[in-house]
Amino acid sequence: MNVHEYQAKGLFREFGVAVPEGQLATTPEEAERAAKALGTPVVVVKAQVHAGGRGKGGGVKLAKSAAEAKTVASEILGMTLHTPQTPPEGKLVRKVYVEAGSNIKDELYLAILFDRAAEKFAVVASTEGGMEIEVVAENTPDKILTTLVEPNVGLRDYQIRDLGFQLGFDGDLVKKFVPFVRGLYNLYIEKDCSQVEINPLVVTQEGDLFALDGKLNFDDNALYRNPEVAELRDPEEEDERERAANEIDLAYVGLDGSIGCMVNGAGLAMATLDMIHYCGGTPANFLDAGGGADKEKVKEAFKLILRDDNVKAILVNIFGGIVRCDLIAEGVVAAASDLGVTVPLVVRLQGTKSIEGREILAQSNLNITPAETLKEAGEAVVAAVKGAA
Amino acid sequence: MSILCDKNTKLIIQGMGNMGTFHAGLSRDYGTQVVGGVHPGKGGTEKDGFPIFNTVAEAKAATGANASVIFVPPPGAADAILEAAENDLDLVVCITEGIPVVDMARAKAALRGSRTRLLGPNCPGVVTPGQCRIGIMPAAITRPGPVGVVSRSGTLTYEAVDQLSRLGIGQSSCVGIGGDPVIGTNFIDALALFQADPDTKAVVMIGEIGGSAEEEAAEFVKSNMDKPVAAFIAGQNAPPGKRMGHAGAIIAGGKGKASDKIAALEASGVAVSASPAEIGETLAKHAPGLAG
Repeated sequence: MNVHEYQAKGLFREFGVAVPEGQLATTPEEAERAAKALGTPVVVVKAQVHAGGRGKGGGVKLAKSAAEAKTVASEILGMTLHTPQTPPEGKLVRKVYVEAGSNIKDELYLAILFDRAAEKFAVVASTEGGMEIEVVAENTPDKILTTLVEPNVGLRDYQIRDLGFQLGFDGDLVKKFVPFVRGLYNLYIEKDCSQVEINPLVVTQEGDLFALDGKLNFDDNALYRNPEVAELRDPEEEDERERAANEIDLAYVGLDGSIGCMVNGAGLAMATLDMIHYCGGTPANFLDAGGGADKEKVKEAFKLILRDDNVKAILVNIFGGIVRCDLIAEGVVAAASDLGVTVPLVVRLQGTKSIEGREILAQSNLNITPAETLKEAGEAVVAAVKGAA
Repeated sequence: MSILCDKNTKLIIQGMGNMGTFHAGLSRDYGTQVVGGVHPGKGGTEKDGFPIFNTVAEAKAATGANASVIFVPPPGAADAILEAAENDLDLVVCITEGIPVVDMARAKAALRGSRTRLLGPNCPGVVTPGQCRIGIMPAAITRPGPVGVVSRSGTLTYEAVDQLSRLGIGQSSCVGIGGDPVIGTNFIDALALFQADPDTKAVVMIGEIGGSAEEEAAEFVKSNMDKPVAAFIAGQNAPPGKRMGHAGAIIAGGKGKASDKIAALEASGVAVSASPAEIGETLAKHAPGLAG
């Protein structure tokens, strides 16, 4: 789960991670009032959307007066922001964050994440802030500093000091860096983040450290114990179908092809997309109905798939382990007749109770093409799309 | 022979809810020695013919169990893993999906130096055909034979096993290592066990996008294995930045792509199936004479 910059900075403050003063605004008038209240010679007006690279798309602008903050905010609010990280259709800006300007001396990079290969947490830092870290990692890998943290020991102060000195900080700045990184690490662990990223982390002319930007991602599996984090979810930032899928506990990812897919298990669901491509077709979605798929869930999954107008055929691919194929078959029949499915339907049932399942499909009088193997299923559904075209 | 479990394995169930009890029954029907269940507060009772104990320690003392399978929900699952390890079981298989990464990172670190091998979490378990079933796999599709199967996925494991069985190729053991970012037994561990197992003549490995476990496995195959290996990588058409069902299945920052994994495996002499429907055939071509 992602949150907005202003929400990330709220959590930063709570954990003692220094951020510039700022206020959220949803209208130009609010932005003007916010700039007045901040009272600094320069304020920065920043579009609040779930995407990086906002400056490049014109979503971050400076203002030298409250009146200018109002003008700038009126330009940004309501705009459709296009950045390298937004979907092709862009993102509508509904909120701006008005922040006190800083006298920037240096821009750095700081992040905490989980290093899968080492199975440890990692604090990643670089003197090359303000640019894409992937580019830095590609071109100048020696400028990326990584400190691994033993999960049961935690981040130690000496590790932070060591990192600070490697970044070229003097003793005074290292003294400020220690509580800053400590706070960030505490936030990462206590709120079950999957990534915390500050780019840029700035050193001001006055010798202070600030998180000028803030990006937080959370471990979805831990939201049950962080209800205050779950409340930060902004449904307007999420793909509508993915959100609907989430609500009924299905894993769904929208794609741009023509074959709707319903599969049980993430690996088989990915392989089903691969199979469709291999047979010359294009999948419209990834959908893992999970281990608890039953009649009702199948129907909900069908509704979701059919919301996509690009869907010209549907492939159901179930390998029953925990899932019972007879229950899936009942769900397919109910969904197909209740929802009035008109597109070709290819159903492959294997594993637990698959013979009973196939029997239910055969007796339904619905136009369902049964398939025995994954290959047959892939070929049949691609042929069905080509026939329908 | 086989890996991880066989007819001598004595299994307890941690988490005797509906799912745990249901699969305990299926494992017993398959011939596995399921010797009891753990349900704190219900010790001394019986469920579906299984004696219930309050703790793993009690269960082990009473039954001589050497393996456990965990169906405990996510908030208590890491705890259940540590309880099994504390009691020096040989194998603990964690089926639970959705354990927070912080919990698993800590549990995995705590297991370092322990004699207990962890399989999973978020895995379907292990089946040694004709001998032992631990977890949730549909054992009916397996048949005894010479091929070791190891996979990050559940249902895609079934698909691969089914393809092998249809070609008359049986399996020594079928192992699901799980789809989470932090898992106990990884590809390299399983490949090393199959390499050392005299009854395993060849291996099928099913990977997927995300992380670098397949690349590391490729390096291991090249340096440490003389048995033929066939593979499939799921997610060749997955969009970057999207989590594909499994918590660990995500292409992030240009890393974890299927194409990189396939290239690494092929460079190590592994036969990689382009189609998920030809995993069995790819192995049969790469290592003739396995059917029987």
